[in-house]
Amino acid sequence: MTRIRLRYSKHGKVRFLSHRDMAKVVERAIRRAKVPVAYSEGFSPRPKLHFGLALSTGYESGAEYLDLDLDPDRVGVREPEAIAEALQPCMPAGVVITASAALEPGEPSLQDVVTSTAWQVDLATDIAGDPADLAGRADNLLAAATHEIEIVRKGKQVREDLRPLLLALSVEPTGGVEPITERARLTFELGTKPRSVRPAELLAALGVSEPVCMLRTHQWIQRDGRRFEPLGLPDASPHAEARAS
Amino acid sequence: MSSVRAEPIWEQLEPLLPRVQKPARYIGCELGAVEADWSKAGGDPVAWLLLYPDTYEIGLPNQGLQILFEILNERPDAVAERGYAPWTDLEAEMRGAGVPLFSVDTHRAAAAFDLLAFNLSAELTFTNLLNMVDLAGVPVRGADRTAEHPLVIAGGHCTYNPEPLADFLDAVVLGDGEEVVSEITEVVAGWKAHGRPGREALLRALATVEGVYVPSAYEVTYTSDTADAVIESVRPVWPEAPELVEKRTIADLAEWPYPRSQMVPLTEVVHDRLNVEVFRGCTRGCRFCQAGMITRPVRERPAEQVVAMVTEGLERTGYDEVALTSLSTADFSGIADVVGEIVAGDTEGRISVSLPSLRVDAFGVDIAAQIQKGRRTGLTFAPEAGTWRMRQVINKLIREEDLYRAVDSAYSQGWRRVKLYFLTGLPSETDEDTLGIARLAENCIEIGRRHLRNPSVTVSVGGFVPKPFTPFQWFGQNTVVELQRKIHLLRDAVRHNRGIQMKWHDPRATLVEGILGRGDRRLGPVIEHAWRSGATFQEWSECFDLSAWEAALEANGLTPEQFAYRHRREGEVLPWDHLNAGLHKDFLWQDWQDALAEVGLPDCRWTPCYDCGACTGYGIEHVVASAVPPAGGSQGTGQDLDTGGLLPEVVAVPVELGARAGAS
Repeated sequence: MTRIRLRYSKHGKVRFLSHRDMAKVVERAIRRAKVPVAYSEGFSPRPKLHFGLALSTGYESGAEYLDLDLDPDRVGVREPEAIAEALQPCMPAGVVITASAALEPGEPSLQDVVTSTAWQVDLATDIAGDPADLAGRADNLLAAATHEIEIVRKGKQVREDLRPLLLALSVEPTGGVEPITERARLTFELGTKPRSVRPAELLAALGVSEPVCMLRTHQWIQRDGRRFEPLGLPDASPHAEARAS
Repeated sequence: MSSVRAEPIWEQLEPLLPRVQKPARYIGCELGAVEADWSKAGGDPVAWLLLYPDTYEIGLPNQGLQILFEILNERPDAVAERGYAPWTDLEAEMRGAGVPLFSVDTHRAAAAFDLLAFNLSAELTFTNLLNMVDLAGVPVRGADRTAEHPLVIAGGHCTYNPEPLADFLDAVVLGDGEEVVSEITEVVAGWKAHGRPGREALLRALATVEGVYVPSAYEVTYTSDTADAVIESVRPVWPEAPELVEKRTIADLAEWPYPRSQMVPLTEVVHDRLNVEVFRGCTRGCRFCQAGMITRPVRERPAEQVVAMVTEGLERTGYDEVALTSLSTADFSGIADVVGEIVAGDTEGRISVSLPSLRVDAFGVDIAAQIQKGRRTGLTFAPEAGTWRMRQVINKLIREEDLYRAVDSAYSQGWRRVKLYFLTGLPSETDEDTLGIARLAENCIEIGRRHLRNPSVTVSVGGFVPKPFTPFQWFGQNTVVELQRKIHLLRDAVRHNRGIQMKWHDPRATLVEGILGRGDRRLGPVIEHAWRSGATFQEWSECFDLSAWEAALEANGLTPEQFAYRHRREGEVLPWDHLNAGLHKDFLWQDWQDALAEVGLPDCRWTPCYDCGACTGYGIEHVVASAVPPAGGSQGTGQDLDTGGLLPEVVAVPVELGARAGAS
């Protein structure tokens, strides 16, 4: 069984598709593109697709991943690039396949291996308050040893410490224009183990509760002292990974 | 109109979407939704906004709107986009931010279009129509609109009695829309080319188009100004307006292989599958069924065209399910061949075919068995009434034996649950008839025990609403109290049987549907009152509000009795008498008398014409490939109606069966 990994981005109107919607869109795209995907057994066979960490409805991403298993007995395109090429015209506007590769046998699933996700969001002052103040709040959060938040998990109100899962956080003027007056760009990285912090939970901790359009820029795998993406972009230089880490 | 055409309003809408449920229903982007070319006709095409007055999930799959969307966008002088009712959360955001109703295609404001064209399939959506017109920034009453406002028009089954909406609709289309939308486009294009010489000039021109009814071109008088008044007369006030407005009928479905590229939404909708219409019209003659009466005659699509549309459609859309749609798909002449070809072409065995309406006989089950992939959970039949007497009254001539054979066949072929649809509150219905539903369900359970330990039967009961242009249009519907009593009677009768689950519609919603369905122009202020008091999405049980309707009727000095509960007399002028669905009024009256006499009427596809009027007046006829009725069962016209009244053999069997099941 060959497993193919695809990387795609999701921008524009399609950011309002839910994770579940996206799965159905991909299923239909695979049938239209005649990709010889394997199907599960049983009464209602489903194509064997494996998505990574769900992206919240309304968020954009430059780093979404999808693994699909090919059926050795079916005919059709099998090369990773050819699969990406066949699938692209079957995707809705705003979904762009940016990389593809065959995985080594035994490669663990996306859900298991991704250890952190990186985010970027541009905040207008009317929802973020004074950006200089926002930078101060970010500094305070980073300086704190713990930061408990009230969240609802499985219908229950629980308190959790957000701080250990906040791996990086910075506030910059959007477009590098000083001083920060109208819009501030927030970038941050959140751990996914043992559970994911939601980007909205971090924003709430910074005093921003309005829903905004968040961009997932990376998903990272930290393993054996190395940090790398599940699938890098093809034109990224070999040094890019090292720089990013 | 063109002054506000300007630019899409996506940027105003986008910030609202993260705050609402299911935002994907507002983004469009469907596969198959070709982008309208607004540079047509020198940059001023006739712009249609096709609207469905319910949520995206309900409205997107509507095949009628998709057909018109394609036909209009293919024209060199027209563009068409689509819009749906925003759910209450987005509506509140839109009103708060001053964002108007929009199209989901290019997100243009509704007021940028020349026509707001609604599909009306259910009476309980009427207040949504007003709400959407208001959200568009257009005056809800036609009389308040000027030449700068879009026309507000409607089509669909409910427009066979558009009188309750006469204050709000500029024009109404009766019948098939495929041809008439082009004629309307030409009239509007001509009016625009002449510099928009006033709104009345446009309406007068539209009144001359066959199949188009302009309510403001008619004057209605009543016998008095009291609540119990009836209509005295309906007369055209403009010379252009015909005395009788005829419906439109396309003669041959083969010439209209639409939609050519059915839309595939990106988010979940009802009927989320490929739909191919195999025929239009039905002559089974079920007397309660408005759809079967107003869409006559039967026009089948050639079997090879059906197969081509299915094959190409599955390939193009990526769907793994196709529905062959019609009012009674097992009656399609080519059904066995078509299903055989689809199944044969599905080499990987992943395509499932669904027949939205299954005929109640073993043949229907065999077809279902051929196509049902995966787990066989439930199969649905619609006997509609619990006794043979009652079924003769409604002309749904299913013998009990055939139901039992069908059910036996279903359970024996692996289905675990049978769902049975019934109506209650039918003309001349007695408690014996109502309780007959329980008896049928119990017998089905006994039959199921031959094959299964725990067979399940779901009984779904709807309150009957008499509709215009049916033989029951004169019948006074059961009151809410009476329907409630019958439902309780039935519920108590099946309660002891653990295999039977019972579901029913809210009789209060049935009442409102009945008032709106057969009402007249006096209901305009009632609908407006109910809408202004917030009664939108009335077909959603969580939003339905009877008190809003009661208050609205009372405020206008009107009663439910007048529109819904009373029986009407032969000579009474009905609110829709100046419209023609093809059926002669004297034919309908005769059929009403036959119903009360418990006399059935055969299907005229395979038996001599009884001149209902649907064909003869229009120079059209049935397009049916098979000269002989379908195989098997009482629903073919080979039925022997005389035996229907006999006690079916199977009924006597269950006791023995039950004993055997208990012993094993």
